[in-house]
Amino acid sequence: MANMLNIDDLKVSLEEEEKQIIKGLSLSIKPGEVHAIMGPNGSGKSTLSSVLAGKDGYIIDSGTVNFDGSDLLETEVEERAALGIFMAFQYPIEIPGVGNMNFLRTALNSQRKTRGQEELNAADFLKLVRSIAKDLEISDEMMKRPVNVGASGGEKKRNEILQMCLLEPRFVILDETDSGLDVDAMKLVSKGVNNFSSSSRSFLVITHYQRLLNYIVPDFVHIMVDGRIVKTGDKTLALHVEETGYKDFLQLGKGKH
Amino acid sequence: MTDNYEARDVIDKETLSTVKSVGDTYKYGFSTDIETEYAPLGLNEDIVKLISKKNNEPKWMLDWRLKAFNRWKKLKQPDWALLKIPEIDFQDQYYYARPANMKEKPKSLDEVDPKLLETYSKLGIPLTEQKKLAGVIEDNSEDNSENRKVAVDAVFDSVSVGTTFKEELKSAGVIFCSISEAIKEYPDLVKKYLGSVVPISDNFFACLNAAVFSDGSFVYIPKGVRCPMELSTYFRINAENTGQFERTLIIADDNSYVSYLEGCTAPQRDESQLHAAVVELVILDESEIKYSTVQNWFPGDENGVGGIYNFVTKRADCRGRNSKVMWTQVETGSAITWKYPSCVLKGDNSSGEFYSIAITNNMQQADTGTKMIHLGKNTNSRIVSKGISAGKAQNTYRGLVQIGGRSQNSRNFTQCDSLLIGNKCGAHTVPYIEVNNSSARAEHEATTSKVDDDQLFYCMQRGIGEEDAVALIVNGFCKEVLQALPMEFAMEAQKLVAISLEGSVG
Repeated sequence: MANMLNIDDLKVSLEEEEKQIIKGLSLSIKPGEVHAIMGPNGSGKSTLSSVLAGKDGYIIDSGTVNFDGSDLLETEVEERAALGIFMAFQYPIEIPGVGNMNFLRTALNSQRKTRGQEELNAADFLKLVRSIAKDLEISDEMMKRPVNVGASGGEKKRNEILQMCLLEPRFVILDETDSGLDVDAMKLVSKGVNNFSSSSRSFLVITHYQRLLNYIVPDFVHIMVDGRIVKTGDKTLALHVEETGYKDFLQLGKGKH
Repeated sequence: MTDNYEARDVIDKETLSTVKSVGDTYKYGFSTDIETEYAPLGLNEDIVKLISKKNNEPKWMLDWRLKAFNRWKKLKQPDWALLKIPEIDFQDQYYYARPANMKEKPKSLDEVDPKLLETYSKLGIPLTEQKKLAGVIEDNSEDNSENRKVAVDAVFDSVSVGTTFKEELKSAGVIFCSISEAIKEYPDLVKKYLGSVVPISDNFFACLNAAVFSDGSFVYIPKGVRCPMELSTYFRINAENTGQFERTLIIADDNSYVSYLEGCTAPQRDESQLHAAVVELVILDESEIKYSTVQNWFPGDENGVGGIYNFVTKRADCRGRNSKVMWTQVETGSAITWKYPSCVLKGDNSSGEFYSIAITNNMQQADTGTKMIHLGKNTNSRIVSKGISAGKAQNTYRGLVQIGGRSQNSRNFTQCDSLLIGNKCGAHTVPYIEVNNSSARAEHEATTSKVDDDQLFYCMQRGIGEEDAVALIVNGFCKEVLQALPMEFAMEAQKLVAISLEGSVG
């Protein structure tokens, strides 16, 4: 099967200071696969997700990123979203005064418009949102609130999953979605993700700890150290990290200098 | 989820899609090719007399104007606002312009120049309703809330061109007509109230207006009447090099209510144009006036060439017990805005509210706010101001809260929020609080924030384009004020917010 995402020898620096964060990273993801990237703080995990989503502030030094045949690095942020790329934020952003429903509907219809699809009418939209919200135990009251304002950490993460289910992306980046979640909330979020997964959808799960991977089981685990993937394995690799920490892999990262 | 909530949601959505279709320049920048009759250039006693004569005014009115003119000659243009105002040559302005074929005022809409009507329809004014003039509304379905009726008075350059639904209003006892007509038809009411809220010598611009105002709107709501529809005035400057000086007088007699909407546009021209209006509201016992403005005068181009200089005096006098006024303004246009809709809370238990959105982009300057003068006992005021600044614009909130010595147990709450887009613009907050009664309570909250890159990125990652994202975030910031507007105006205002900020990011 053809790759959905193909990252080839990617090198990325920060715009503000001349510092390379990603130092030659290659990764291929096929439809239906779940990949986890683990690594210590500062290894470049979050930079990778930001670059894939298209955030400003980075310089691409070299390398390519191809998504379903499109040159992703030349594609605008909102067009990437319409292509089916979704990032669940580590710290979901608050937007005061903008109701959740309005935000969701604007986002959904913007994407549909970009893809040349008809916009969803109010009734169908409400029906859809309510059924998703119910599964994620998100109350009507919360749906009326402004986007992420006054929400707890757990509520914000559930809200991200709700957005994901509504927008139906094909490629999902979960950026440290487990951070700040208690076990119950993590189960709920994982359930949302697992229900959403399918043979045509792929996930890139970025995490610091192994525990999320008990619930969202990866096909591949990559260990990222100092801007490179230094080891790839299956889910047992994550268990290994859990036991011994990253110290073995730090050496691997340094060895390449 | 309530229906109301869903309705708003639909509006928000429609706003964003409409904004796209509107294009990126000033939408109302066209001018109408109508033969215009001007008074001679400049200002002197003869011009004042001429304006009075053109309107067939009685002598008392002319005397009032001349008194104002003589007073004005002694006044100096104020310079305390945080505005860079280019020198205005008051002798290089036309003080009266009207479409030439309106020497005789039209008796009905059929006599109005079709080009004028075309202009108004371009502006989206429901003047077609005038076809149903004279109160004969054949398709008057009982509860047609979708097509809610709004009576309109339209002022084109200096002359009022037509008031819709006049007869229907008349049967309710409501008087809604041009002020020039009111001077002739209802002289007692005009004599009693004109200048009683904003005296002729109040300030430089109000005084100028008193001398040369050419038309405007007049409303009288009699005792015990709740005005059956919203009243609306549209002001449009068309003629070149012409000042517009309209005067509005609204009286809510005991136990009455009216909601009044005012909208403004002007064609796009390289020369700046002067607008100095006066609005007086008189509110008697147990009565309420809601006054909403969407001001969208031409703001000048991105280099600051052209645009309207908007110097406006608006004041509400809550004379009666339990009287209430609510000013809501959305100020997106004008090169310069100098405007402080105020509330004089004389009656016991009276209350005043001021909700404002002021948006400045490119080279625009706004110095706007309100005055809450508490005189009666148990009076209440509330100020919610949202200033948005983009480009190289400067935006100042200036507000006075004054609680008098006899004003027992009075309250004020002020919330003043500024939003900056980019790093070349400025936001300023200048509150004046004077409390002379120890039982009073005044609260002031102020914030300044920026549309931040993280918010934009979040919206865009969800598929929303950059300009739509800015519009969404700014409309969220303004929400409390937008909600204070009547529904139709809220939609228009949301669109305007988006249009005024186009090109402000990226």
